[in-house]
Amino acid sequence: MILLIEDNADDEVLTMRALKKHNLANEVVIARDGVEALDYLFGMGDHEGRDLTVMPQLILLDLKLPKIDGLEVLRRMRTVESTRLLPVVILTSSNEEQDRIAGYGFGANSYVRKPVDFNEFIDAVRQLGLYWLILNEAPPAVGKRLSDGSSI
Amino acid sequence: MRRIGQNSISRKLTSVNMLVSGVALLLACSALFAYDFYTFRVGVVSNLSTDGQIVGSNTVSAILFTDQRAAESTLLALTASPHILNAGIYTLDRQLFASYRRGGKSQARRLPIIPAGQIEMHWFDGNEISLVRSIVFQGKPIGFVYLRSDLHAMNDRLKSYALIVTVVMLVSLIAALLISRMSQRVISAPIVQLAETARMISRQKDYSIRFPASSNHDELATLVEAFNEMLTEIQRRDTALTEAHDELERRVQERTTQLAAANKELEAFSYSVAHDLRTPLRSIDGFSQAVLEDYGEKLDSDGKNYLQRVRGATQRMSGLIDDLLNLSRVTRSEMHKESLNLSAIAKSVAAELQKSGPNRPVEFVIEENLVASGDSRLLRVVIENLLGNAWKYTTRHGRARIEVGRFQGDNGREVCFVRDDGAGFDPRYAARLFGAFQRLHSTDEFPGTGIGLATVQRIIRRHGGEIWAEAAVEKGATFFFTL
Repeated sequence: MILLIEDNADDEVLTMRALKKHNLANEVVIARDGVEALDYLFGMGDHEGRDLTVMPQLILLDLKLPKIDGLEVLRRMRTVESTRLLPVVILTSSNEEQDRIAGYGFGANSYVRKPVDFNEFIDAVRQLGLYWLILNEAPPAVGKRLSDGSSI
Repeated sequence: MRRIGQNSISRKLTSVNMLVSGVALLLACSALFAYDFYTFRVGVVSNLSTDGQIVGSNTVSAILFTDQRAAESTLLALTASPHILNAGIYTLDRQLFASYRRGGKSQARRLPIIPAGQIEMHWFDGNEISLVRSIVFQGKPIGFVYLRSDLHAMNDRLKSYALIVTVVMLVSLIAALLISRMSQRVISAPIVQLAETARMISRQKDYSIRFPASSNHDELATLVEAFNEMLTEIQRRDTALTEAHDELERRVQERTTQLAAANKELEAFSYSVAHDLRTPLRSIDGFSQAVLEDYGEKLDSDGKNYLQRVRGATQRMSGLIDDLLNLSRVTRSEMHKESLNLSAIAKSVAAELQKSGPNRPVEFVIEENLVASGDSRLLRVVIENLLGNAWKYTTRHGRARIEVGRFQGDNGREVCFVRDDGAGFDPRYAARLFGAFQRLHSTDEFPGTGIGLATVQRIIRRHGGEIWAEAAVEKGATFFFTL
C-alpha cells in the first residue's frame, strides 16, 4: 500500500496514472494536506480507530502542502516509533538545495524531483515502485506488520 | 631627549641674560675707565705743571744770581714727589744749570723748543711723561725747568680698575644667572608646560585636554588661547567626522537590511518559480500525453501534431525556468575561492559530453595544469556552458576539434580560452552574446534558451574577470576569459 500525500489534484491524477501504468496502483491512500496525512498515519481525526497495524509500504510526500508542510509531516513521523522507519520518498517540484538538505536531514529515504516531461515522470514512478515495493527489503517491524495484515 | 629640550630653552635664556648683562657691564666699565684714564692723565699733567711752576718760581733768584747751589737745593725738594724721576734747570741758551735725578735715569739731551705763545709743553714717552716750562721773571723768560715723571700711579690705578671690573662682572653674572633662573619660572616654565601638554595630547589623542590659561596677558597667553581654539576646532571636526561616519554606518546598515530583505524576497520568489511555475507545466504536459495515449485514435495527424507542440513548448518553458533559476543562483550563492585545476574540470565535462554523443568524431585538446583560483562549483558551470556550446555548435560539422588552453595576454594577465571550429557567429552581434535570452541562432538550428552565456559572464565577473569572444560565421568561435 502506498500513501500519496499530494495537494495538487492534477498531480494526483498524473501520479495515479503513472502508478497504474506499472500496476502499482492497487492500493493507494491519498492525503491532500499534512494534517490528513498525519491523521491517517497516527489514526486520528477522520481516521480514528483505523487499524494501525496497517502501515504504508511507501510514502510519496510532496513538500508544499496546506496546513502542515511536507517537511513537518516527515519530522513528526520520524519522532514516533510506529512510523519512524517507514520509507519516505520526497516527490516535489522544488530542486532547492535547502529543501534537499532539510529533507534528508529529517530522514527522507529518497528525494525525487518531479520531471515536467510526463514520460520522464512515468519512468521515475516506475523506478520508484520497482525499487521500494519490490527490490527493497523493508525494515523488520514494517515487514512483520505488513505480513500480519494487508498486501500490496 | 625631553630633558635636553627642556633645558635648552632655559639655557638659551640664561646665556642671553648673561651675555647682555656682561656686555652692558663691560661697556659701562670701559666708558668709566676711559673717562678715568683721561681725567687721571689731565691730573698728572696739571700736577707736573704745578710742580714745574713752583720749581721755576723758586729758582728765579738762583738763575738771576747764577747761584747753582741754591738751584740744586731747590730741586732737591722734589724728593717729596716720588714719581719725579729727574729734573733740570736750564738757562735761556739751553745750558743745564742745575739738575736732580732719582735712580739712574739720565738727563734729556736736548730740550725741545716750546712753541711761541706758550710757556710750557709736555709729552708722553712710553711709561713716562716729560714737561718743559719757561721760567719767567718780570714778564721775560730767563730759563727753563724740565721735569720727567713716571706713570706708575696710573698703572696702579689701571690694575685696581681691572680687579674691580672683574669682581663686578663676576658678581653681576652670578646675579644675572640667579635672575634668569627666576625668570624661567615666568617665561620658560609655561613654555615647557605648553610643550608637555601638547606632547600629552598628541600621545593620548585626547583633544578634550586644554592648556591651563595663563593669568598674564602676554604673547604666551595668546599662544595658549590659540592652541586651545585649535583644539576646540579639532574636537569639533572630530565630532563632525564621527557623526558623519556614524551616519554612513547607519545608512550602510539600513541598505544592508533592505538588500537582505530584497534578497530574501528574491529567494522566496525563485522558490515559488521553481515549485509553482513547474506544477501547471507538468499538468499541461501530463494531460497532453494522456490525451495522446487515451484518445489518440480519435485525433487526426494535425491534432496529434498540435498536442506534440504543446508538449514541446512546456518542455522548453521548463528548461527556461531551470536556466533562470541557475542564473539567479549563480548571482546569489556564496563564493568559496580555492585553488583548482581547470584542466581536470574540462576533462570531466568533455567526458560527459562524449558519453552523451559517443558517435560524434569530436577531438578534445585540453592543456594540462590550467591551475586557477575560484569557486569550483561556479567555474564548473562556466566550463560546462562553454564546452557545451562548443559541442552543440559543432554538431553540423562532422569532424570537430574543441580546444581548451591558456596564454599570456596583455599586461601579463593569464587568458584562458575555449575554441571550436563549429558554426561560429557573425562578430557584428558579439555584444549581444552575453545578454540573458539573447540568441544568435534559431532554436530550430541549435536548441537553447540563451541564458548559458549570461550565466557564464556573471560567474566570470563575480571572480573579477572578463569574458569576450571572437568568431566568424562557419569558422568557429573562441571564448576568452580571465579570472
